[in-house]
Amino acid sequence: MHDKSIAELAAGLRGKAFSSRELTQSFLERIGRFNPALNAFVTVTAERALEQADAADGRIAAGQAGSLTGIPLGQKDIFCTQDIRTSCGSKMLDRFISPYDATVIERFNQAGAVMLGKLNMDEFAMGSSNETSYYGPVKNPWDTGTVPGGSSGGSASAVAARLVAGATGTDTGGSIRQPASFCGITGIKPTYGLVSRYGMIAFASSLDQGGPMARSAEDCALLLQAMAGYDERDSTSLDRPVPDYSAGLANGVEGLRIGLPKEFFGEGLDSDIARLIDQAVAEYRKLGATVKEVSLPNMHLSGPAYYVVAPAECSSNLARMDGVRFGHRCDAPKDLADLYTRSRGEGFGAEVKRRILIGTYALSAGYYDAYYLKAQKIRRLISDDFKKAFSEVDVIMGPTSPSVAFRFGEKSADPIAMYLSDIYTIAVNLAGLPGMSIPVGFSKNLPVGMQIIGDYFAEGRLLNVAHRYQQVTDWHRQVPKEFA
Amino acid sequence: MEWETVIGLEVHAQLATKSKIFSSAATAYGAVPNTQACAVDLGLPGVLPVLNKEAVRMAVKFGLAIGARVSPRSVFARKNYFYPDLPKGYQISQYDLPVVAKGHLNILVDEKELTIGITRAHLEEDAGKSLHEDFHGLTGIDLNRAGTPLLEIVSEPDLRSAKEAVAYLKKLHALVRYLEICDGNMQEGSFRCDANVSIRPKGQQEFGTRAEIKNLNSFRFVEKAINYEIERQIELIEGGGKVVQETRLYDSVKDETRSMRTKEEANDYRYFPDPDLLPLEIHGDFIEEVRHTLPELPDDKRDRFKSEYGLNDYDASLLTATRELADYYEAVTKAAVGDPKLCANWVMGDLSAALNKAGLEIQDSPVSADRLAGLIQRIADNTISGKIAKQVFELLWESQDTADAIIDQQGLKQITDTGAIEAAIDKIIADNPDQLAQYRAGKDKLFGFFVGQAMKATQGKANPAQLNELLKTKLQG
Repeated sequence: MHDKSIAELAAGLRGKAFSSRELTQSFLERIGRFNPALNAFVTVTAERALEQADAADGRIAAGQAGSLTGIPLGQKDIFCTQDIRTSCGSKMLDRFISPYDATVIERFNQAGAVMLGKLNMDEFAMGSSNETSYYGPVKNPWDTGTVPGGSSGGSASAVAARLVAGATGTDTGGSIRQPASFCGITGIKPTYGLVSRYGMIAFASSLDQGGPMARSAEDCALLLQAMAGYDERDSTSLDRPVPDYSAGLANGVEGLRIGLPKEFFGEGLDSDIARLIDQAVAEYRKLGATVKEVSLPNMHLSGPAYYVVAPAECSSNLARMDGVRFGHRCDAPKDLADLYTRSRGEGFGAEVKRRILIGTYALSAGYYDAYYLKAQKIRRLISDDFKKAFSEVDVIMGPTSPSVAFRFGEKSADPIAMYLSDIYTIAVNLAGLPGMSIPVGFSKNLPVGMQIIGDYFAEGRLLNVAHRYQQVTDWHRQVPKEFA
Repeated sequence: MEWETVIGLEVHAQLATKSKIFSSAATAYGAVPNTQACAVDLGLPGVLPVLNKEAVRMAVKFGLAIGARVSPRSVFARKNYFYPDLPKGYQISQYDLPVVAKGHLNILVDEKELTIGITRAHLEEDAGKSLHEDFHGLTGIDLNRAGTPLLEIVSEPDLRSAKEAVAYLKKLHALVRYLEICDGNMQEGSFRCDANVSIRPKGQQEFGTRAEIKNLNSFRFVEKAINYEIERQIELIEGGGKVVQETRLYDSVKDETRSMRTKEEANDYRYFPDPDLLPLEIHGDFIEEVRHTLPELPDDKRDRFKSEYGLNDYDASLLTATRELADYYEAVTKAAVGDPKLCANWVMGDLSAALNKAGLEIQDSPVSADRLAGLIQRIADNTISGKIAKQVFELLWESQDTADAIIDQQGLKQITDTGAIEAAIDKIIADNPDQLAQYRAGKDKLFGFFVGQAMKATQGKANPAQLNELLKTKLQG
């Protein structure tokens, strides 16, 4: 059961081949068996999952099932879940129980999906390896000595090891795509504003976007369908109709114009990865696509711009974690300053503190123009680069990350090396574009992901393009042996 | 040396919306602590602000009323600082692009009209309250007020005295109440004022170093605090000292200002555009829609009172000082049919005095406009004299009866029957032969004695003009 696609599982449920309770139990059993080795879950909500499964079975019996009714999923622990701890991977929120559900959670609940638990992540989504989580690092099921990527590492690992049928992630600078790449799964970061951010704990508000992580584009389409759409509680959410993502999957890719940005294939890219991307692009040529080189001349500025904007916003977003109303509070504060200093000092990990400091500095009087304002101008330049590229091509393809999954500790002492792991993904967030990662092969027995970037609201096209590739390849069907 | 005072005021007017500026929680004052704060107001992880359109409408209304430009595009920014009653660790406000820019307000001081510039007005959210009593050395936090919409109205440094500052503040206070965008309750903090005060040698162009005075929650305190601060600065400079830029707190008990924090200790607020809110775009048709809802503004009303009711500038200004007073006056004038000046005298005279004494506002007057008009009508048609009218007014205040009923019950109707008045005069002349002789011998002052006696005899009901006439004739013999 655990190796079936979401569509197959839904068909099985409707055809009474198995019940949602049986399905949920089978996943819970796998979680019990494999999670200790992977540490993908922060919280497993077995009891509630079974209740939801029973309710789903009722809906299925009544003929009121949707495509996700009874499907067991995992939720990144950044989405607030009523009555269930939402930790955001931080000691700060280790005992935080939200009194409300995030919009995304609400929508999955309405769809009748089953939540197996909350998935591990880098603390407050700040990290590219899942090593910053208060709950310890998540392991990559392809090699438990390597990182799963981050920040949605728990989601990627759980999907890859088949502990869930699908999962949610969030992506501020690559946090869906990079772990998807490292764990050999499919993930899509939608256009900024497509998925409501209400109840999704903010890291960098102007960049954060939730999206699905699953085994295939087909599964992602089903999950995104539930997640996407206008939410009046999020002022940055866009009020426009959501297309039927599954319906467009089978469209042809003949005549598809693929752009390969020369800046994605330069120095720093692993030659094995470059070769695998070439092979995947060749596959598209066979399907009738055309390929041309494009240029994103301001790409090299995306890192500096990102590491101003994201920390600046996070320094403000995380100010509410002050030990006053919720979250970690130090013991016996002697005055207000002590309450703040110790609660925050004890509650936040090193990477979060680093970014708060960088961001506070960048917003300070006298530095704002030189940093934050300039970074915003760079965002415009980067958007313009993409705009120009999309006047020539339909999608842009390239590597998701310059390397395959690295080993624990390999980059954690060198923040700059760690930040480079997202070098190909962050420009997409700065521009607010949709981007996805699909598995295209293995290097050194570790999965390699290819990034596909589309124009605004081109999620349907991206899923379609990914799906057509997955119809003629089987990289997305590979399962790490130990977790088969 | 002769000094000139320069004052600029920052007013926080709480907008009278039903719900908060970025959430749907209620704004009503005085609820049990933390019962009117939803997840958004508490700043829980994951929540997002959504702008209340009604608050925008009110800001636009204000902008139009002060002849300002309503910005087609304004931006909400985060003002970052830590304080326990500031749930998110930042206040959502507007910084370099406010919703209302460049307007003005005309004030009347010592019969001179002054135009005071208004630099800007911007929307922002209020913080909660820290409660220091009743917590045994700890601090309680009440977040009911957190997220209440405020319009911060910043004046140009155009004010030159505490008197002008108070006149401006009163005018602004009247205006926001006219517009029904703020209840103006200063005790409850719905209308708060900070004053930037500096002095400079008369004739100097550059401004002196200013001190910002906080916590001015009544007109009287504004005046006293500014005057105290002016004295303090003059004494300081004349004593060889220097004014430092700082925030000072006014202590109304000790009637003094004292330093809260200096510029060096001030927060770096690290303003940046709030990424959770899109820029606020206000279209022309929305502005027009709001323009249609504007009531008659105080200055227009004052001018109309002058032309329509023949009132002088002073009376017209006073009667239009609040919308309620103006409405009351107009209701009296309409019901009394005629003599608007007499109506003005009664509203500003006996009625205002009685209200002041009882500590009541015009809208709580026990004498309704209709009943007061009933009284004025009887004065105008000579049923009662002005003196008797004062008695009737007292009874109007204490009862629910109409003036006519009171006049009837008390038999206060003026005697206009010449025969009855003559009879009374004859009797008095007969009873006081000595005084008559003295009067006739040239002691004119005794005329008053005879008037008094006659009034006494008629219980004050004799028509005074008529009585004077008849008495004069009879005394001459």
